[in-house]
Amino acid sequence: MRRFLQDWAHLLLPAGVLIAGLGVFLVIRAAVVPKSFGEYGHYRGAALEMIRQKPVSYAGQDMCVMCHDDQAKVKAAGKHATVHCEACHGPLAKHAEDPAANVPKLPDVAVLCKRCHEQDPAKPSWFPQVVTAEHSGGMKCTECHQPHSPHIATEADAGSGRGK
Amino acid sequence: MMTRRDLFRIGGKMLVLASVGATLEEITGAAPASEAYKMADHWWGMLIDIDKCIGCGNCVRACSKENNVPNGYFRTWVERYEVPEEGQPKVESPDGAMNGFPLPAPANVKSFFVPKLCNHCADSPCVQVCPVGATFLSPDGVVLVDQTYCLGCRYCVQACPYGCRFLNPETNTADKCTLCYHRITQGLTTACCENCPTGARQLVDFKNPKDPIHEFLRHNKVQVLKPYMATEPKVKYHDLDGAVR
Ligand code: HEC
Ligand code: HEC
Ligand code: HEC
Ligand code: HEC
Repeated sequence: MRRFLQDWAHLLLPAGVLIAGLGVFLVIRAAVVPKSFGEYGHYRGAALEMIRQKPVSYAGQDMCVMCHDDQAKVKAAGKHATVHCEACHGPLAKHAEDPAANVPKLPDVAVLCKRCHEQDPAKPSWFPQVVTAEHSGGMKCTECHQPHSPHIATEADAGSGRGK
Repeated sequence: MMTRRDLFRIGGKMLVLASVGATLEEITGAAPASEAYKMADHWWGMLIDIDKCIGCGNCVRACSKENNVPNGYFRTWVERYEVPEEGQPKVESPDGAMNGFPLPAPANVKSFFVPKLCNHCADSPCVQVCPVGATFLSPDGVVLVDQTYCLGCRYCVQACPYGCRFLNPETNTADKCTLCYHRITQGLTTACCENCPTGARQLVDFKNPKDPIHEFLRHNKVQVLKPYMATEPKVKYHDLDGAVR
């Protein structure tokens, strides 16, 4: 019996080391693995909420319309109906939150209109395009076109049903 | 030569860093789950209509501003293809089309624009290769990166068949399109879709029975990029030319 114990005694130490090691592992694991890991899958569930907290720069057209009824109505009836406000005016979430403290600069027409309307064979053929230098004769586009309702009626319009 | 002491020292530092990260998450993750939005009710993707894209680059600028994308890196970009009847197509994307395409394409070859972004694949290789679970497919179908957990090992950058990921030099973590997760989960559309003048890009929710995508898919032929990769992309292209890779 004594002999037997003696044989086993030397196993107690490694067993103790193993158990202590496991304990240390579990403690470290509990400290290191974030709480929400595995909530939805093999990742930190809390990351979703963190990503959602990012601030918004573009308020969205629905916002602008609430205060700028005039421009919105004109635009909705014209050829730029599908072009949202911030596509031309840039990100204005800060302005929408506090209009007086963040008065926006008006867009630079010289680069604005070209970017969309400069002639390019890669553009779909239905899209109205002009060789801007020739077409405008060096004048600002807004000398002739209203940015919120750009169509200029021509004789060809009579009876053709083209909008504003 | 790394000594055993060095190894322990580095290991110890990493342990401390990791537990700081875990504590951080307890602080930042403490915000209450935002009201009303139920992940289980959505399955996000995008519809891109090539015949509507005018290559103005509004989407690229909007994405960059909305998401503070560092200069020279792109979460979305626009390519211009010139496809001759025979031979290789020519593909251009000057500065990602940040300022559109200043020079017109030649008139004598077929040419068109192709907006690109993360395809938010339902079965994505980038998610599979991440060694630490820092990139994942959210329950509502968006492939995201956990910036606090990413090691910056770039496996995912290599794994993406579409070249949609990069290592952000400011954070040293993997970066990519989030489908404007912070916007779509509060009822806004993505920054690129909000600023697309022709509706060439449309955010779609495949789980919403009222989404116009269902009507569209019934009547139109659509394609995904590199279908042979079997990644099940959720960005669908209408009117896509066979030359596009
Ligand atoms: C809460 C109401 C409100 C919202 C929302 C709002 N605005 Fe304004 N906006 C104003 C007011 C008030 C002014 C005049 C500010 C001043 O001059 O002090 C203004 C001024 C402007 C101007 C400058 C006009 C000028 O004559 O220089 C522009 C451009 C503009 N807004 C565009 C927008 C756009 C685009 C949006 C949508 C993102 C928007 N606004 C949302 C109230 C609003
Ligand atoms: C196609 C581009 C474009 C779009 C889309 C657009 N704007 Fe403008 N907007 C302009 C330009 C350019 C000016 C400056 C006109 C000028 O310099 O005379 C302007 C001027 C304004 C002004 C100053 C007052 C005025 O009427 O001139 C306001 C306010 C304004 N926009 C609001 C809006 C709102 C609100 C929307 C969305 C409903 C919108 N804009 C959509 C291009 C645009
Ligand atoms: C973000 C892109 C964009 C910008 C910037 C833009 N437009 Fe447009 N424009 C459009 C779209 C889209 C249409 C509608 C085309 C259609 O549906 O037929 C349009 C239509 C027009 C038309 C009507 C063509 C016709 O059928 O008569 C004119 C004119 C025009 N734009 C002039 C301008 C001018 C001037 C500016 C600068 C103030 C401008 N656009 C800025 C996208 C843009
Ligand atoms: C001198 C006045 C004038 C100026 C300046 C001007 N336009 Fe025009 N634009 C017109 C008139 C008039 C029409 C309508 C007749 C027509 O369809 O050609 C027109 C038509 C257009 C069309 C529609 C073409 C089509 O195929 O339906 C676009 C797009 C356009 N302009 C863009 C611009 C842009 C961009 C600028 C600035 C670079 C600009 N315009 C400057 C007078 C002008």
